[in-house]
Amino acid sequence: MSAKLEKLSQNLQSVLGDRIVSLVPALNELTLVVAAVDYLAVAKILRDHRDLRFDQLIDLCGVDYSTYGGAGAWQGRRFAAVSQLLSVEMNWRLRLRVFAPDDDFPVVDSLIDVWNSVNWFEREAFDLFGIMFSGHPDLRRILTDYGFIGHPFRKDFPISGYVEMQYDQEQKRVVYQPVTIAPREITPRIIREETFGSVKLNDHG
Amino acid sequence: MADIRNFTLNFGPQHPAAHGVMRLVLELDGETVVRADPHIGLLHRATEKLAEERTWVQSLPYMDRLDYTSMFVNEHPFVLAVERLLGIEVPLRAQYIRVMFDEITRIHNHLLSIGTQGLDVGAMTMVLYAFREREDIADMLEAVSGARMHGAYYRPGGVYRDLPDQMPRYEVNKFKNAETVRQLNEARSGSLLDFIEDFTNRFPTYCDEYETLLTDNRIWKQRLVGIGVVSPERALQLGLTGPMLRGSGIQWDVRKKQPYEVYDRLDFDIPVGVEGDSYDRYLVRVEEMRQANRIIRQCVDWLRKNPGPVITGNHNVAPPAREKMKGNMEELIHHFKLFSEGIHVPAGEVYASIEHAKGEFGVYMISDGANKPYRMKLRSAAYTHLSAMNEMARGHMIADTVTIIGTMDIVFGDVDR
Repeated sequence: MSAKLEKLSQNLQSVLGDRIVSLVPALNELTLVVAAVDYLAVAKILRDHRDLRFDQLIDLCGVDYSTYGGAGAWQGRRFAAVSQLLSVEMNWRLRLRVFAPDDDFPVVDSLIDVWNSVNWFEREAFDLFGIMFSGHPDLRRILTDYGFIGHPFRKDFPISGYVEMQYDQEQKRVVYQPVTIAPREITPRIIREETFGSVKLNDHG
Repeated sequence: MADIRNFTLNFGPQHPAAHGVMRLVLELDGETVVRADPHIGLLHRATEKLAEERTWVQSLPYMDRLDYTSMFVNEHPFVLAVERLLGIEVPLRAQYIRVMFDEITRIHNHLLSIGTQGLDVGAMTMVLYAFREREDIADMLEAVSGARMHGAYYRPGGVYRDLPDQMPRYEVNKFKNAETVRQLNEARSGSLLDFIEDFTNRFPTYCDEYETLLTDNRIWKQRLVGIGVVSPERALQLGLTGPMLRGSGIQWDVRKKQPYEVYDRLDFDIPVGVEGDSYDRYLVRVEEMRQANRIIRQCVDWLRKNPGPVITGNHNVAPPAREKMKGNMEELIHHFKLFSEGIHVPAGEVYASIEHAKGEFGVYMISDGANKPYRMKLRSAAYTHLSAMNEMARGHMIADTVTIIGTMDIVFGDVDR
């Protein structure tokens, strides 16, 4: 861990204290996980505290962890909102993750009052994952079609989708119909066990 | 008293000045924009979802198709993310080649950006000049990757192959006579590096030509000065990056502040604007092209002097040489496993970002140890820039929205992903 990251890690620990669920350094990056109840308050501190000064939110995305590590391997909550923060002033970055407490109706607070740039990112996460952001003024779908049903980036949504579009000669308009292509997998998804080939794998695969 | 209501206008999705398929719903009070609501997603191809179904290397060509006006640089954060997860070293020569092509595509992008913005606001000539140079750049990309646009040239661990020793040449045909072909082939008589060096010698003069056309052009200034002003504070709040942020006077460039590859060994300057309007962003882009030209020259010098491998020798990641594969069992197995099963990337997550021509382009990658990504998120600069549309266009005339779309430098492959 570089000296700069060390400093940021110390600052975060002293400022946030027991509001940190976990703070993990890995691959020269810091990941901060907070509980959904503290999310908004922590975001405000991250932006305003003079030792942190995260003045820019670079990215926010939804993640569906349901099949992480193979079916049934994931024990935690299903949906998370992950944001990448940047401090232009201090020149450091932080990843902030919050898990939505309810898997069936995932809701987390919106950060729109803290960083305005989150507006479309939250709309996107809502559109693709169905994560609700309470306090967002305009939580409409953004990338999918008008009237789209479902949340396509969830792991239980098939890659070929459910409906396809076609021009109907008789009705003289574009109509939806059930997909006619069967989903297929060319290369299967494989996670090798630790002792693959009866040798312990090193860090480089 | 007459009942006066705001007028709602659909701008696009097939409007040439919308730079692609964007439907912009404008609420107008007379000719003044009260609200601009961009409807995007008409080019959404779910690249992120597709990547979850493909091996690590198979997803790479999709990156070219994101921002199709600056292709090679898109592949860069993707390979950086995979390399960081794998923890592999990239040969220095490969790093220089990547940086050189990043800067070449930066020029490629800015030329189109300034050219089409000129077209939008009525300066027809600029786009013709821009495409003269874009043609040369397309030739460079073709010489190295075989494709004029979608190169798929970078690989986790390096680049696909070394720079060619010979630049492809024109031949006489019924459209081009011997004299034309001789003139065209003059710069193409040597290697690719010779051609690039020749281009960098010519390019500063070309930049002067663009500036003669636009910088002091009265119409250009009337259309751009004071349009779409963003204060430094708002620029940070709105998540603007790249020339959009620097145009507002904030000196932030990932290449300088958080250097990746060999940018810390290269000498270049970061231009910043003062007013934060469209005109300053245009000036920043022109200066960035000149600086990119400087970087390319330094890379060409280094690459001439330092031959060497261009892809890692770790055959768990990069395929072995073709000759070796034909005669060697071990290499054949590596090749077979790499192209059937793919690379296994250790579990973890990483966010790799670079200074794309448009702003910060990042890839957030989560791996669960499989031969495919678990989740890939593409952070494109144009997406955030377009989300600032409402704030930037409010209060301006309807004709100024065209300037603002142009100054954002948006491409819908990049916005919609």
